[in-house]
Amino acid sequence: MADASTMTLEEREATLGGIGTARKRKEDGRFIRGQGNYVDDLVLPNLVCGDFVRSPYAHARIKSIDKAEALKLPGVIAVLTAEDLKPLNLHWMPTLAGDSAAVLADEKVHFQNQEVAFVIAADRPTVADAIQLVEVDYEELPVLVDPKKAMDKDAPILREDVAEKDNVGQGARKHPNHIFHWEVGDAGATEKAFKDSEVTVKESMFYQRVHPCPLEPCACVASMDPVAGVLTVYGTFQAPHVIRTVVSLISGLPESKIRIVSPDVGGGFGNKVGAYPGYICAAVGSIVLGRPVKWMESRMDNLSTTAFARDYHMTGEIAADGDGRIAAIRCSVLADHGAFNTHAQPMKWPAGLFNVVTGSYDIPVGFCAVDGVYTNKAPGGVAYRCSFRVTEAAYLIERMMDVLAQKVGCSKAEIRMRNFVQPEQFPYHSCLGWEYDSGNYPAALKKVLQAVDYEGLLKEQAEKRKKGELMGIGIATFTEIVGAGPSRNCDIVGIGMFDSCEIRVHPTGSAVARLGTKGTGQAHETTYAQIIATQLGIPSDDITIEEGDTDTAPYGLGTYGSRSTPVGAAAAARAAQKIRAKAQKIAAHMLEVGEKDLEWEVDRFVVKGLPEKTATMKEIAFAAYSNVPEGMEHGLETVDYYDPPNFTYPFGAYVCVVDIDRFTGEVSVRRFYALDDCGTRINPMVIEGQVHGGLTEAFGIAMGQEIVFDDTGNVLGASLMDYFLPTAVETPQWETDYTVTPSPHHPIGAKGVGESPNVGGVPAFSNAVVDAFAHHGVTHMPMPHTPSSVWQTINKLGLNK
Amino acid sequence: MAKTQIALTINGQPVEAQVEPRTLLVHFLREQQGLKGAHVGCETSHCGACTVDLNGKSVKSCTVFAVQADGGEVMTVEGLANGADLHPLQQGFYEEHGLQCGYCTPGMLMRAYRLLQENPKPSNEEIRMGISGNLCRCTGYQNIVKAISFAADKINAEGGAD
Repeated sequence: MADASTMTLEEREATLGGIGTARKRKEDGRFIRGQGNYVDDLVLPNLVCGDFVRSPYAHARIKSIDKAEALKLPGVIAVLTAEDLKPLNLHWMPTLAGDSAAVLADEKVHFQNQEVAFVIAADRPTVADAIQLVEVDYEELPVLVDPKKAMDKDAPILREDVAEKDNVGQGARKHPNHIFHWEVGDAGATEKAFKDSEVTVKESMFYQRVHPCPLEPCACVASMDPVAGVLTVYGTFQAPHVIRTVVSLISGLPESKIRIVSPDVGGGFGNKVGAYPGYICAAVGSIVLGRPVKWMESRMDNLSTTAFARDYHMTGEIAADGDGRIAAIRCSVLADHGAFNTHAQPMKWPAGLFNVVTGSYDIPVGFCAVDGVYTNKAPGGVAYRCSFRVTEAAYLIERMMDVLAQKVGCSKAEIRMRNFVQPEQFPYHSCLGWEYDSGNYPAALKKVLQAVDYEGLLKEQAEKRKKGELMGIGIATFTEIVGAGPSRNCDIVGIGMFDSCEIRVHPTGSAVARLGTKGTGQAHETTYAQIIATQLGIPSDDITIEEGDTDTAPYGLGTYGSRSTPVGAAAAARAAQKIRAKAQKIAAHMLEVGEKDLEWEVDRFVVKGLPEKTATMKEIAFAAYSNVPEGMEHGLETVDYYDPPNFTYPFGAYVCVVDIDRFTGEVSVRRFYALDDCGTRINPMVIEGQVHGGLTEAFGIAMGQEIVFDDTGNVLGASLMDYFLPTAVETPQWETDYTVTPSPHHPIGAKGVGESPNVGGVPAFSNAVVDAFAHHGVTHMPMPHTPSSVWQTINKLGLNK
Repeated sequence: MAKTQIALTINGQPVEAQVEPRTLLVHFLREQQGLKGAHVGCETSHCGACTVDLNGKSVKSCTVFAVQADGGEVMTVEGLANGADLHPLQQGFYEEHGLQCGYCTPGMLMRAYRLLQENPKPSNEEIRMGISGNLCRCTGYQNIVKAISFAADKINAEGGAD
């Protein structure tokens, strides 16, 4: 490297690898050598393994559990059941949604594969053998699979434990299988708008139950140190600090005696936010045995028991004038939450942030109602690569825009242009209660339409339609709401959804920063360092980022809902700014000038008008430990807890072009063009990678994923044999683009991007598929758009004749 | 359970070990040999996170018994770099942002290693087909394809087989 004193400003800037540079990832070195450190890689002395005896039935009473044969097997150490956990009051655990969930089935099982007993043995094969030897006698009960029948008079009552309660954590309910009713908006004004409007459209759609399916399943190693009385749990946690608080609340151990460590995590996508029975049972096992207990989920257990996503039965209605200018929106949702309400959302929001359902459009009035019910299915309701229920909302509004376009007879681009919130309307107050921070929707859509030659595509489509060929053009112009969130309206177990960053600059000018978030592949070790590098003038290579260890990192709410950039990165920027403010005082002391005589220049303070009089951050760092002004504390470190004033609202415009085989129903994605606006771009390479990954997950959801149940509650296809994960062969080639509309309230203007491509991608695929049939009057087709499903439409229309 | 003696080479080093007949190769490598690069992501040989090279072929080590590797040559991701010198595939994954969470990466690298032995100049389609037994949930594959192309170009420019 050139001597810093002879480097140009640009060279110094480039040395930092700061905000906006597509620098390579700092975490890659260990992963490409096979040196990652995932939970299953941990080796501890005296480690034993545990796994579950699971229920074959979806709804049954447990008459007896006989562990005798299992306990006789050499190597078996313990078999835990609800009876064993009862004295500790750990057979049930509180959920983030105010309900309770069984840790081990207490007298009844409520879904297939539910955890019934936990077998601990010396090694994994012995555990597997012992599981077969535990005899459980069940009495089958009537099964409730269809959520639409959950509140029928004669529906079987699932949750006997709460049957008499009028509230299970989220307000009044009207049936033992009812969990909550939530509504927002102005029902009366909406009804009036519908009556007064020239055009109304209505469509019902089901956003199917899917699973995030990260490549690494959930796992933990719980290790009780009986001498120190400290319980350490290493696990696949997206939110380690919250896990510590929850473990403390339910175990009674002080938080100072609990250490949660989230090492490298092999993808999360929402699946690893919640607390699962495996964590509790491993911890209890370790506390009782005084030795470490590992629980590692199998793929089938992962897909069939740890948190699913979506499962929203939605009806949307729009009222508009003859040109399709929207006057009102109304929607109702039936949410299938499965056996327990383990919905992982900010607690005040039983339907998450679903009321962003007005999307990118200026809609004067609206009303929205959501009801949640219990069924005999695995519990969950996490955000699978989306902010809380935003994917469902974006799907509904983006599909409804197409339905409206078809009704009024304009193009799907035009209907959006006619209804967009205009750039000058920001900050924009939506009729359902949000304040959108910034956006320029028309510019984004125009750029994309030009890039794909939309007019040309429409002409081609018209030609093809004459020949009986099926070509669809799907548009999605979505708005996300991410960065949960302002503590005035977001909390988890009462804790505000701030996030945090602590920075310590060492005497020789390198630094370590610790954050309350926890990356699971999003390149936090790189991008947080870039943010701090730009603020502090320290090369990002010299800034170590640490997350995931509750003993060292400041308290934070974790990584999900695209909140790391809006909240964690904001804390990082502000902490760095605090350090720079102290550095300025030290520089003034070093240079014997007033603080105000200094200005910041890339990596140093310069005396105004005297460019040769400088103090570099490196020099200042040393001075912080050796030569501070009188009255100032030594050291150069700080912590920032950032409570965001608002959410951020990333947006995008996507176009998807598909060709459909009218004999087989196979959908071929010819082109997918994705423009994302996530505000200030921290690392363009990482953003592009996030968009590729999110679009691929969207492709999987739209085209093939569904967790299906039969009439008796058997979960069908909970293995990778049946559950569709796109391979490199099916996955389309992605084209990416961007605009930059910074967030006005975020310290560096960034908005977050990880989830946008999933939120916008799914409706873009669906809209493309349905558009291929629009000229036959088709307004909706159910997801996933598998060949057999698409063929049903083709066959019904007789297009294959 | 009675154990069976096996002898094999792993990353060029001779290894002798006692294994249960039911021990899977992936568990032998991870738990008995301390080679943690191969990961377990499913138990149906769909995800490919456990891919290693056995006798010149890619295998999913979660569905191969350790005893089947007796007398064989196993290569894992740990054997890819030559000391501090990264293999061109490792360089490619770094340069082209071919990984995110890293869980599929060792298997993906080992599959790509064998693919380039079989087809030193693959087209993008051939790469996609060649890695279709390895799942990635993070990247959408596009940069993995670029990374493997990067490596192929580098190996070919340096005069072939690496």
